[in-house]
Amino acid sequence: MEKHKQKMSGDALLKISNVDAFYGTFQALWGVSLEVKPGEIVALIGSNASGKSTLINTISGFIHPARGAVEFNGLDISMLDPFQIVTLGISQVPEGRRIFPEMTVSDNLVLGSYNRKARSDKELNLKRVYEHFPILEQRKNQLAKTLSGGEQQMLAIGRGLMSDPTLMLFDEISLGLAPKVTDELYKAVREIRAEGITILLVEQNVRRSLKEADRAYIIKAGRIALGKNAAELREEEIKQAYFGI
Amino acid sequence: METLGDLSRPILMGILLGGLYALIGLGLSMVFGVMKLINVAHGDLMIFSAYFAYALMTTWGIDPILSLTMGIPLWFVLGFAIQKYMMSRAFGISMEAPLIIAFGISLILQSLAQIIWSPYSRGLQAPYALGYISLGITTVPRTYLLSFVAALVVMLLLREFLRRSYLGKAIVAASQDKRGAELVGINTGRVYAFAFAIAMATAAIAGVFFGLTFPFTPTSGFGFLVVAFGVVIIGGLGSMLGTFIGGIVLGLTQTLSGHFLGGSVQMLFVYLIVFVVLAVRPQGIFGR
Repeated sequence: MEKHKQKMSGDALLKISNVDAFYGTFQALWGVSLEVKPGEIVALIGSNASGKSTLINTISGFIHPARGAVEFNGLDISMLDPFQIVTLGISQVPEGRRIFPEMTVSDNLVLGSYNRKARSDKELNLKRVYEHFPILEQRKNQLAKTLSGGEQQMLAIGRGLMSDPTLMLFDEISLGLAPKVTDELYKAVREIRAEGITILLVEQNVRRSLKEADRAYIIKAGRIALGKNAAELREEEIKQAYFGI
Repeated sequence: METLGDLSRPILMGILLGGLYALIGLGLSMVFGVMKLINVAHGDLMIFSAYFAYALMTTWGIDPILSLTMGIPLWFVLGFAIQKYMMSRAFGISMEAPLIIAFGISLILQSLAQIIWSPYSRGLQAPYALGYISLGITTVPRTYLLSFVAALVVMLLLREFLRRSYLGKAIVAASQDKRGAELVGINTGRVYAFAFAIAMATAAIAGVFFGLTFPFTPTSGFGFLVVAFGVVIIGGLGSMLGTFIGGIVLGLTQTLSGHFLGGSVQMLFVYLIVFVVLAVRPQGIFGR
């Protein structure tokens, strides 16, 4: 299934140029630039508080950059609100999942298709989510809070898929989960990419991110330190970026 | 010794009254559940709806329940506007700012009612609401039964709306995780305005049935803010059944304490129950 409409081959789907972003008076991002091309899996790696989540949330519209631009499909989205950005086709699977605990699994998923563009494809997308995660179909009438951690993460990913995205942002989807569950989640991530959805992921497990991604950017103290093909990133470069040694 | 026959009347009246109390508490619960705001103007907005119906009744002879065809949309729009143009901006300032605005609205409505309708008590009348009706074992005022049925209908409709419609689900979602709601593309600002609007529509309905049941003055709202608060505290948030039971607990408290100890202390016990529940179990008896 060809999801993305590529205007010109080689064009970036997401283009971030020279973005500065602040929390109050604290500057969290300093002149950050990066690109994600259609069909890619791009990993964003860096230590805690390096600005990974800030960047993800700037793309999603929770933080508006003070300077610089965030372009999606050639459209400047840096001043749009989160709900508008979802409608354009960017879906974030957030750290901590943020599912609706007192609602059923199926209601959580249905809400994923809240934006008007996605509502017409609701049934189709629901089927697709249940194919990725059959366990969710078995548990569809259960309250979301009764799911295990791994199942909740599957629900968060499934909910993100329901909005019919072109680009998905994954923020720490393996955090606190067993390796076996993580394998299962990343199998789904690869399937999602195979369907034509472009992926930008933040993952505290560097080895895992480099294994899954085509390209990686290392972010350090709010600045992009390095960006290249994942396979070409050498151990020393990562250590250098992480620890400065 | 009391016999069950003597108690059947206060018990039945307490349950019916509880329906009205649940209806009053419904809007407060909604605004608190979704926006985490205690709308201290809720009681006054409810009473003002009774005055609105009173004005239509005395000026044009419009039936109070029929006047809700104007009252409900008007309160809905009013609620939407209060949230969109006042509260949402105040939320950006601090947690206290919206509370102060609600308090301001409360004072303005009380003063307006005093200026327009005087401090003396008023009441709503309709021919079908007069007198008593037999419910087999005992008779109850028709207004009590009317209010109870109205409360039941409103709560069932609201429950279906919240469960089935996209907007209803979005309201519930925003109350459980605002950030999560924004992540699925919900415009929480708009959803908040709708939640406030719906809460005000229920206040409009509650006001008319309240006015048919009891006489009211410009300051009646505050006492019933406490009752509404009690309903929410006992019933917990987000549970329609809890709200209903909360109303009935308070209704029974009022009629039974009135029956055993006299009418002068009946509201004292209602406030006392609210106080005790707050002290012992602040998350509510059915709260999560």
